[in-house]
Amino acid sequence: MAVTDSLSRAATVLATVLLLSFGSVAASHIEDQAEQFFRSGHTNNWAVLVCTSRFWFNYRHVANTLSVYRSVKRLGIPDSHIVLMLADDMACNPRNPKPATVFSHKNMELNVYGDDVEVDYRSYEVTVENFLRVLTGRIPPSTPRSKRLLSDDRSNILIYMTGHGGNGFLKFQDSEEITNIELADAFEQMWQKRRYNELLFIIDTCQGASMYERFYSPNIMALASSQVGEDSLSHQPDPAIGVHLMDRYTFYVLEFLEEINPASQTNMNDLVCPKSLCVSTPGHRTDLFQRDPKNVLITDFFGSVRKVEITTETIKLQQDSEIMESSYKEDQMDEKLMEPLKYAEQLPVAQIIHQKPKLKDWHPPGGFILGLWALIIMVFFKTYGIKHMKFIF
Amino acid sequence: MAAAMPLALLVLLLLGPGGWCLAEPPRDSLREELVITPLPSGDVAATFQFRTRWDSELQREGVSHYRLFPKALGQLISKYSLRELHLSFTQGFWRTRYWGPPFLQAPSVWINLGRSSVMSSQGSSAPLSTSSTPPTQSLPLPPSNPWVWPMTLTTTFCAMLCCRGRWSAPKTSPPGRSSCPVVPRASLISFHLLQAGLSVLLKADRLFHTSYHSQAVHIRPVCRNARCTSISWELRQTLSVVFDAFITGQGKKDWSLFRMFSRTLTEPCPLASESRVYVDITTYNQDNETLEVHPPPTTTYQDVILGTRKTYAIYDLLDTAMINNSRNLNIQLKWKRPPENEAPPVPFLHAQRYVSGYGLQKGELSTLLYNTHPYRAFPVLLLDTVPWYLRLYVHTLTITSKGKENKPSYIHYQPAQDRLQPHLLEMLIQLPANSVTKVSIQFERALLKWTEYTPDPNHGFYVSPSVLSALVPSMVAAKPVDWEESPLFNSLFPVSDGSNYFVRLYTEPLLVNLPTPDFSMPYNVICLTCTVVAVCYGSFYNLLTRTFHIEEPRTGGLAKRLANLIRRARGVPPL
Repeated sequence: MAVTDSLSRAATVLATVLLLSFGSVAASHIEDQAEQFFRSGHTNNWAVLVCTSRFWFNYRHVANTLSVYRSVKRLGIPDSHIVLMLADDMACNPRNPKPATVFSHKNMELNVYGDDVEVDYRSYEVTVENFLRVLTGRIPPSTPRSKRLLSDDRSNILIYMTGHGGNGFLKFQDSEEITNIELADAFEQMWQKRRYNELLFIIDTCQGASMYERFYSPNIMALASSQVGEDSLSHQPDPAIGVHLMDRYTFYVLEFLEEINPASQTNMNDLVCPKSLCVSTPGHRTDLFQRDPKNVLITDFFGSVRKVEITTETIKLQQDSEIMESSYKEDQMDEKLMEPLKYAEQLPVAQIIHQKPKLKDWHPPGGFILGLWALIIMVFFKTYGIKHMKFIF
Repeated sequence: MAAAMPLALLVLLLLGPGGWCLAEPPRDSLREELVITPLPSGDVAATFQFRTRWDSELQREGVSHYRLFPKALGQLISKYSLRELHLSFTQGFWRTRYWGPPFLQAPSVWINLGRSSVMSSQGSSAPLSTSSTPPTQSLPLPPSNPWVWPMTLTTTFCAMLCCRGRWSAPKTSPPGRSSCPVVPRASLISFHLLQAGLSVLLKADRLFHTSYHSQAVHIRPVCRNARCTSISWELRQTLSVVFDAFITGQGKKDWSLFRMFSRTLTEPCPLASESRVYVDITTYNQDNETLEVHPPPTTTYQDVILGTRKTYAIYDLLDTAMINNSRNLNIQLKWKRPPENEAPPVPFLHAQRYVSGYGLQKGELSTLLYNTHPYRAFPVLLLDTVPWYLRLYVHTLTITSKGKENKPSYIHYQPAQDRLQPHLLEMLIQLPANSVTKVSIQFERALLKWTEYTPDPNHGFYVSPSVLSALVPSMVAAKPVDWEESPLFNSLFPVSDGSNYFVRLYTEPLLVNLPTPDFSMPYNVICLTCTVVAVCYGSFYNLLTRTFHIEEPRTGGLAKRLANLIRRARGVPPL
């Protein structure tokens, strides 16, 4: 009796010890998960979707923007976090044979307008000034909340622009333009005001790659539908509506996003438009981005995925000393810069103007450069005679 | 013991909130109604009305509990101390000549805003049925930005308001009431509605595919009793739609709810105290073989609406027998015998407006007012708001009826100020019986500054419609309306004197081209000037400043020596 009693007691003790050990293992596992949880970087998602073209024949730009809006909304970003700017009203245009609809597929398969679209800036309100004010946050105090980009330093922002563009500029409403320098400066203002954690910039215009050439702020990834010197092409016209419905690049992006759900693990490296579908060569720029694109999930920018893990245990969060030190150092550096600077010194203009986008390996000069130098040397010696060679050698 | 405990708890729970609340929340009620009227031209008009009445003194005390009354609008009223708000969005034009006077009048493609001045703290709120006394003190609009509260309106209704110019106050309206002068192309993009009861029928894809649709919101205070000691707020949300029956009915004039809205009614709104559908069957009673309504109505309602006696079939959604037969209610109307092709009856008052003239400098604005009553003349109040860039010449204002000049009984003109205020012209004109009156005025088009042009200036600039208000004599005397018992649409036309009824008509908005510059000219000028300077002046400069030297032919040179080397190798004489 006593033996069984002691045996049972030993068994219970053993069981509790095992349980405790498992519990501690599990607890440390949960703590690891929790650490992972807080290391991911962003806590909220915003989207700024801009269509810059007016007039009925630019139907496809409005359809582009609305299809991205639809995907972004489906993947979780609410209307309060989306700033949608449409320069013209296609759904209620008198030339629209199907009022209150905007289609993106031929034969009117997909109505991207839907019943619940909320346009924040419409028609004449879509101007370069308003766009820059939305990005930088310098908005008059009477602006309603839905027209503001209220992001913080833990927001991932998706900025999508479409319209007509050229080498270094994007046309707004047939009357004004925004240059790539202004855009880069606006993003730098956003960085200095801590208005984003990471930014994904997608542009679907002709020569779209020229718009991201001048970026110099960190944590920006940029995608464009075509290189400098190339045109982005439109996809397919619809005989009933009479205009082209979508652009090729955004059509591919829409098809790609239709297969994404909030739980999918696809990363940014999968979002590459093949040449057979896009005809133009899509470009990308990832040198300003800290993380590797293959570690960046699509839902980090296009969706608003809330990570929720339910646990009944208490977790003690340890401050990661390395992270704290590095952030402290950063703060210190910022503090140093807080001393009053002269106006000219505040903007590192030299860095901006002379920046080189990529540091390539040195190759010997070939082709054009070689020929040019040969020509220069030949002309020099023809003019002054070969006898000067002896002074050189 | 164990059973008494939960019972005691329950009792406590029931009493608890009652004890904590300081006052009862104000009562509010919702009535919804749909009126379907076949129009003389064969189209079908459907008018939805949702009326929320809330017994609360919104502006006196701070209100935090909203039930049926929307919070966004309640906050708007209390923050900006609005007395009344009328906001309507319309697309299409109500053709008064063919459809008769509308139930709910609204200008086309416009937002019509009405706002009374701020209520003072001492004055009592004046009800609408008696003449309103102007408040003793009126607080001015905040000078910095008078457009703050319309901006909040735009986001509430998801629309774009593009007001240019100051508010203008017509002299004939009660003092303090102002309306927005020019609102070009305000487009309503989307509207969100709860889908229950009658609003089940409101789906965007069918509603925007119509000849005319107009949504409006009207907020006003009403008295709770005859002495008006306390007020309650009334919110009316209305939607008027005109379906082209020949398109939906495939050539016949039959219609049904399903064919019009692609949906049927399934249940009444659970929050509504009254939910009814009225169908105009006036022609039914005259001749029993003309048309057939299915399902047959249980009750009918007769009254004088807009001067004529009309009969309506009533379908009450709250009546359980109505919906229980089949799970949905699809009201259909079939014409048994096609009606004779008679000319539709012409309404007593209708109007037309147009711009004439040629070129981009001058023009003439003409309004035609038709009085088709055979023997009665009546006065009409004509209100015109013309934007400042059409400079009116008031000395050219001519009003002619039946060929003779017609002098208005009252005329008020407020000239425009450039970029600040539009022209305001108000006239009271007596329209003789059975006549056409032409009001015309000449104008000159102004040149705007190049930054003031919209991105698409060649589309043209809009001129807001004229407003005609008149007491039109009615054929049948009407009796005063009982506000609570009668249907909602009847209370839209309050009558004090049964011999005439009030009508407000809007004419067409006009599209006027202004002299638009060619915006590519600066670029063209720079290119051309630089080319001319480079070619002409550059050539002259070179000719005048270039010096010419005679050059000695040089012997030798590397190329020549190399060539001589090769020639010697070939055995050819050197250069």
